[in-house]
Amino acid sequence: MSGAVSDKGAAIEVRAVEKRFGNVGIIRDLNLSVAQGERHAIIGPNGAGKSTTFNLISGHIKPTSGEVRLNGDVISGLRPFEINRRGLSRSFQVTNVFARMTVWENVRCAVLWATGHRYAFWKNVDSLPEVRERTAQILDDIHLTHRRDVPAGLLTYAEQRELEIGITIAGGATVVMLDEPTAGMSHAETDRAVSLIRRLTEGKTLVIVEHDMSVVFGLADRISVLVYGHIIASGTPEEIRRDPKVKEAYLGEEAH
Amino acid sequence: MTTATTSTSKVAADTSGGSLRFYGVWLLGIAALIVLPMIFSSGGSLTSFSLIGIAIVFALSYNILLGQTGLLSFGHAVHYGLGGFAACHMMNAVVSHGWPIPLPFIPLFGGLGGLIFAVIIGWVMTKRAGTVFAMISLGIGELVASSSLILRSVFGGESGITTDRTALPKMLGWSFGSQLQVYYLIAFWLVLSTIAMYALTRTPLGRISNAVRDNPERVQFIGYDPHVVRYLAFCFAGFFAGVAGGLAAINFEIANSAYLGAIQSGFVLFSTFIGGTAYFFGPILGAIMVTYLQLGLANLTSAWQLYFGIIFIGIVMFSPGGIAGLLMMHRPLVRAGTLWTVIPSYLVAVVPTLAFACGVILTIETVARYSTGEAINLFGIGFKPTSPITWIAAAVLVVGGAFIARLSWRQIAEAWDRAATIARDRGYVA
Repeated sequence: MSGAVSDKGAAIEVRAVEKRFGNVGIIRDLNLSVAQGERHAIIGPNGAGKSTTFNLISGHIKPTSGEVRLNGDVISGLRPFEINRRGLSRSFQVTNVFARMTVWENVRCAVLWATGHRYAFWKNVDSLPEVRERTAQILDDIHLTHRRDVPAGLLTYAEQRELEIGITIAGGATVVMLDEPTAGMSHAETDRAVSLIRRLTEGKTLVIVEHDMSVVFGLADRISVLVYGHIIASGTPEEIRRDPKVKEAYLGEEAH
Repeated sequence: MTTATTSTSKVAADTSGGSLRFYGVWLLGIAALIVLPMIFSSGGSLTSFSLIGIAIVFALSYNILLGQTGLLSFGHAVHYGLGGFAACHMMNAVVSHGWPIPLPFIPLFGGLGGLIFAVIIGWVMTKRAGTVFAMISLGIGELVASSSLILRSVFGGESGITTDRTALPKMLGWSFGSQLQVYYLIAFWLVLSTIAMYALTRTPLGRISNAVRDNPERVQFIGYDPHVVRYLAFCFAGFFAGVAGGLAAINFEIANSAYLGAIQSGFVLFSTFIGGTAYFFGPILGAIMVTYLQLGLANLTSAWQLYFGIIFIGIVMFSPGGIAGLLMMHRPLVRAGTLWTVIPSYLVAVVPTLAFACGVILTIETVARYSTGEAINLFGIGFKPTSPITWIAAAVLVVGGAFIARLSWRQIAEAWDRAATIARDRGYVA
């Protein structure tokens, strides 16, 4: 495991969270613990509630009961931007960028809050050196510097996915959650994306939902298996691989 | 002003050439404003220029909502009207109390009038964007417009609130009795407001407004509350609409319920959309064109609103980017040097398109004037609305014009595709 474990305990702690839509329980008694600096993957069959889990943690939807803690503080019930300001950032499964704005503008917008400029209407956004440097750095990191003036909506799919990651990490969040970052990518693009993720989340806590098992087992320190809104196993890749419950419920299903 | 509010983020100061061109455009605009009344000095054109100046400020303020934050308001005239009333009351108060406030400061109070209402009502209104916001704005617009007829002490009922701009303390010897002096006052506030609103687009708030427009959901995950962003944008739009209303109050020396009604709200939506919302200068073009057409067409034909409708529908259907969008489409071609390959197809299309347009005009005028029998004068040629010759001419122009025009438009599309492909290959996308 990389990164130091802080005395604040787990980076993310999900306790007995439940989510019902009407009478339908999507998430049942969800418990999940992600240590500081850990790379944690959530896997599970389609419809298991992986994205819902992401939405619950990031504040996109509110849990029906139970609580979510970020670095020890309760965040369940907070609005997404309040959670984001506390250092948790997420990406989306479906590319979710600012389509009519340029690549540069996309990343810069994601930098503005963290650099303390907030809703400022008395500063020229072009003459903020720390914003410019950080934006340029992130564009460089995600290899999109040569595309900086292209509207995000005109990027290729793989480039949009990279921009998505760039926006997610731009605010300097310590906990980064990526929802299927390599979905729909070719092999070569996936390899590129994985090394990008590995590099950009160095020293941070990473939670990732992923279908590509080679990505999961290559990247994750720990894996949780989600089936029908419930975590049936949590452990190191080795433990998960050997776990009979997982084999039965998930890997077995995938095998045929 | 050639910088797009949306896409190009090129820092103007990056290259000295770019910054020279940037300031050149602004200085040219200011110079034009100063020189215009010297070239066209008739009372009629001074009045037109004054109205256009007011319309530009109003349309730019509306674009803070529509183009920059993605809020479609059907009640923007509320802030314009309240600004007008605030300015009128302030002017009367200045006169009756003998305060040392000269006329050029009055639009500021108009702005405050628009701003204060936006501050009060905006928080609830901007909770949601999209249809909810549009419907609430429509409701608020009707509410305020009808209240203005009921609350007589504030709005003066049917007759409105009148004022006398010349009764205010003089400034630098200017009494603002003449339309020329009023024009310069409006031009001054036009420049001031335009610079301020342009600067606003280049602040962190301005950029985040664009982000809220594009994707309010994602904004929440980069630390921003889209509700706050929308609210602040709404307040700025309210302020500058109020400034425009204050200028109108000075120009007409009256504020009445027509200022804040649905027609006025529709007018600003028209101007902004026809001009183009995606570029900062779009609403300027739209306000100039719509105001000018309104003034000109109203004298020529009783069916002038029908023409407006046709123009509006045409823009919505064929050029959603407005006039500015049409112009800026050519930028990559100009940069790549392929524009000349398109020009011939444009020239070919001019004649049939004009013929088609004349046919439409002739048809509309024939119908509009059939009962009165009033003659139609189209580019110096007289037509009798009751004569079958007129009907046949109209039919031939519409059908024949449309047929040939369509062919010529297809030519344009093909020439365009070729030129745009070359431009793209050379690396010019915008």
